Amino acid sequence: MVAWRPATLAADRWETDSARTLVLDVPGWPGHRAGQHVDVRLTAEDGYTAQRGYSVASADEGERIELTVQRVEGGEVSSYLVDVFAPGDAVEVRGPLGGWFVWDAASPDPVVLVGGGSGVVPLMAMVRERRRVGSRALFRVLYSVRMPEDRYYRGELGAHRPGDGGVDLFVAYTRRAPEASPRGPGRLGAAELNTHGFPAEFAPVCFVCGPTGFVETASDALVALGHDPRRVRTERFGSGGGAR
Amino acid sequence: MNVVTRGFRGRGGQDPARVPPGQYETHDFPVLSAGPTPRVDTGEWTFSVEAETGRTRVWTWEEFRALPQERPRVDIHCVTRWSKLDTDWEGVSLDVLLEDVETTAEYALASSYGGYTTNLPLQDLTDGQAWIVHTFDGEPLAPEHGGPARLIVPHLYFWKSAKWVRGISLLHQDEPGFWEQAGYHDYGDPWREQRYRGD
Repeated sequence: MVAWRPATLAADRWETDSARTLVLDVPGWPGHRAGQHVDVRLTAEDGYTAQRGYSVASADEGERIELTVQRVEGGEVSSYLVDVFAPGDAVEVRGPLGGWFVWDAASPDPVVLVGGGSGVVPLMAMVRERRRVGSRALFRVLYSVRMPEDRYYRGELGAHRPGDGGVDLFVAYTRRAPEASPRGPGRLGAAELNTHGFPAEFAPVCFVCGPTGFVETASDALVALGHDPRRVRTERFGSGGGAR
Repeated sequence: MNVVTRGFRGRGGQDPARVPPGQYETHDFPVLSAGPTPRVDTGEWTFSVEAETGRTRVWTWEEFRALPQERPRVDIHCVTRWSKLDTDWEGVSLDVLLEDVETTAEYALASSYGGYTTNLPLQDLTDGQAWIVHTFDGEPLAPEHGGPARLIVPHLYFWKSAKWVRGISLLHQDEPGFWEQAGYHDYGDPWREQRYRGD
């Protein structure tokens, strides 16, 4: 049995109006690999419980993990975690879980990260883990968001922090682009995956995460561009209300 | 003893006889797959059953569609915590597909176009517990949901219900499949919350 562990909110950050990063202290946390997720369990005073899975956003840094939770309208767990959960409050977590959508920090292979909306969370963990271990693997990050205010990790992802040399970020705004942007709003397409990713001949590992339709489109495009389907790893967030 | 989370009340209101522990009911149909969606043409599609002796029975799409069809209405439970009740499928019972297969094997490994695999005890595939389906809710099964045909084994977590299924091998030894090698439970009973290895 993968153990449930108490997790106390140590700090928090707002990423957008509707997404909040939770910094959790988890005594006994065994460590994780970038891309893995946890189960979170909430228990009400009357014994009612609800569980959901969330990707870990942070690098492997001891007994502290970060999750970024997007509020889903009507989502009983996400709206609690975004709007009510306060420093000092506790939930339970278990993990790390998932052994497939995981970046191997020892691998020198180039990496293409494609995130749609909150799908950027496990990709951020990969960028952070790369920095933590001093990896020189080349990363290209393609991030699709509706508008500038929807971007997570604004001061960090693409901000050229020390250790992030070799990480390139391309942001595709789908509804509204910044005024100075030469690229108008529009969906991330095969041409941009080609231009801003790596050619298939470089045999990169591709990680694609986001809502179902986004992942279907982006992973189909990568295969059409010649990438080996076995090197395209996907994680899909259900369209389901309350799924996250 | 669970830790009580201050201020959490939750929605509740689920039927504990139909929604297993740790699950919530959804009315959508979320998609979860480990990689890109394979596109399989029914003109090239085949389904095979390979016994432990190596003897193999193969059906083309036309042959498969000519078999006796059933319309199971079942509840399905994904390990990522959603459950969907009263889902309607159409396809062929594994009892039909295994009818003429001589075997003493105890295990099965389902394999898919795209390389996915999942393992199950053979006895979980028989006696009206499993189907190869081609239709969901009266419509041809969409590729992202496993079309043209997928396995459904509704009494186990839904990763056992292999999408894009191309065949089943019968084995004397249990052989872990894709998610089973990646840390998920070997059997996956949702009523016992067998989500991960060791649960």
